[in-house]
Amino acid sequence: MTMPFYVAPEQVMKDRAEYAQKGIARGRSLVACVYDDGILVVAENPSRSLHKVSEIYDRIAFAGVGKYNEFDQLRVAGVRHADTKGFAFSREDVDARSLANLYAQFLGQVFTHEMKPLEVEILVAELGADGKPDQLYHIAYEGTITDEDRFAVLGGETETISDRVAESYRDGWTLDAALRAAVAALAGPDRTLEPADLEVAVLSRANGRRAFRRLGHEELAELLSGKRRGATRGSKAAASGATNADDGGPLRSE
Amino acid sequence: MGLPLFPPGEDPGPSFAALIRHSDPTRPLLPSVDAERGAVPAVAHGTTVVALRFADGVVMAGDRRATEGNVIAHRAMEKVFPADRHSAVAIAGAAGPAVEMVKLFQTQLEHYEKVEGVALSLEGKANQLGQMVREHLPMAMQGLVVVPLFAGFDLRLGEGRIFTYDVTGGHFEEADHAATGSGGRDARTTIKLGWRADLGRDEGVELAVRALYEAADEDSATGGPDLVRGIFPVVATVTAQGYERLADAEVAQSFTSLVERRSLGRGLTGGAP
Repeated sequence: MTMPFYVAPEQVMKDRAEYAQKGIARGRSLVACVYDDGILVVAENPSRSLHKVSEIYDRIAFAGVGKYNEFDQLRVAGVRHADTKGFAFSREDVDARSLANLYAQFLGQVFTHEMKPLEVEILVAELGADGKPDQLYHIAYEGTITDEDRFAVLGGETETISDRVAESYRDGWTLDAALRAAVAALAGPDRTLEPADLEVAVLSRANGRRAFRRLGHEELAELLSGKRRGATRGSKAAASGATNADDGGPLRSE
Repeated sequence: MGLPLFPPGEDPGPSFAALIRHSDPTRPLLPSVDAERGAVPAVAHGTTVVALRFADGVVMAGDRRATEGNVIAHRAMEKVFPADRHSAVAIAGAAGPAVEMVKLFQTQLEHYEKVEGVALSLEGKANQLGQMVREHLPMAMQGLVVVPLFAGFDLRLGEGRIFTYDVTGGHFEEADHAATGSGGRDARTTIKLGWRADLGRDEGVELAVRALYEAADEDSATGGPDLVRGIFPVVATVTAQGYERLADAEVAQSFTSLVERRSLGRGLTGGAP
């Protein structure tokens, strides 16, 4: 008969935390911040198809760092949760807070009860409706949840990147200023990041019902070089078409 | 409600309907009753909807009347909806299940787009709607017939396309135009006489408006423009720029000039279009 070795619970938790942190630190970081017209999420991600930033619902976006398959599973679960809730009740009843709590519960559960913790850190961002402030919920691998109303940094060297963002952060700054600061913070003093190294998306009040929009490389280059200041000015036609399309649910009469 | 996570073998994939069925198999997605319980009592029915292609895409329009037998149930019901950014769906038939079906269809398209990261092809969307109509067949047998009309801008082909359905979910692509509902026949004839391949947007809208006018002229269940209450049909276009519903003022203007022309000829359609 074999007896399991005794390991102190503190040690178990410490080992798991270390394991998760190592996994997360291997990946590249991500910065999210609010700007005058919404929320900007900038991730260092050279892949064009494996997204770190995605749409969950009308005013809610998701971002994850760490192990792709693990945070993508969480993303899909979030979409399912939000769509089911919106279908059963009303679109207005879908909120980021309850979703963030579900994520936190799940991550906490896995961290304490499973062999392997999830090597992810996620962000649930919500564009405030009717004058409510924008909200960023940052959920760590062990289920700790923090809410920010200015900016959040996820990934490896969060402290140095956070310091850089905090230094340049201004209330009510424009999209191009926020983007340049976020990219500079991610890159640090010794590197420069090109549009092709970045995955950028916004939750913008100018986009109508579905506020989420990805920014293409061309648009990024223009914003970074200061040729353009806002997000949606150039693509107004497409955006306004989308707005009209999405504002007319079957049970919503105008 | 916990986080909806599934083991690999049971994952419902990008289908919203499968997701709902998985989480609560007893809850029907659309209204349903057992055949043994007898016929469904009279419910409101929506009537005429039309769709036609023009140079840049498609125009879709629907009157606003819903009838319950010979009674007008609603005067301002909407029957034309955006399905997603580049497609529209219009409904004729039992109003309750039809509106539910549209809601499910809209959710399904958006759900797929978010889960998969790309939108369905137009063909795929048309197919999805066909499956929903097919699943509704038992209720259609009970008298709750729902017949949608689906149109959209195919981004791959760069043109507008129209699909019609029957109660079994069978769907057929229409070359240029389509109409369904009780006044569909009259609307179709009107469009057939006025349709050209190179119709501009305004001409397309005018033709759709005229078709609904003629349908309302012949069919008691189709509502014409309600000048007293200021209720006008819903007219929308779908082009490369997306779905766009016309402002009521523009539709009103189109009807007013049509009514003026008709008054001059004392209701006769010959001569002036």
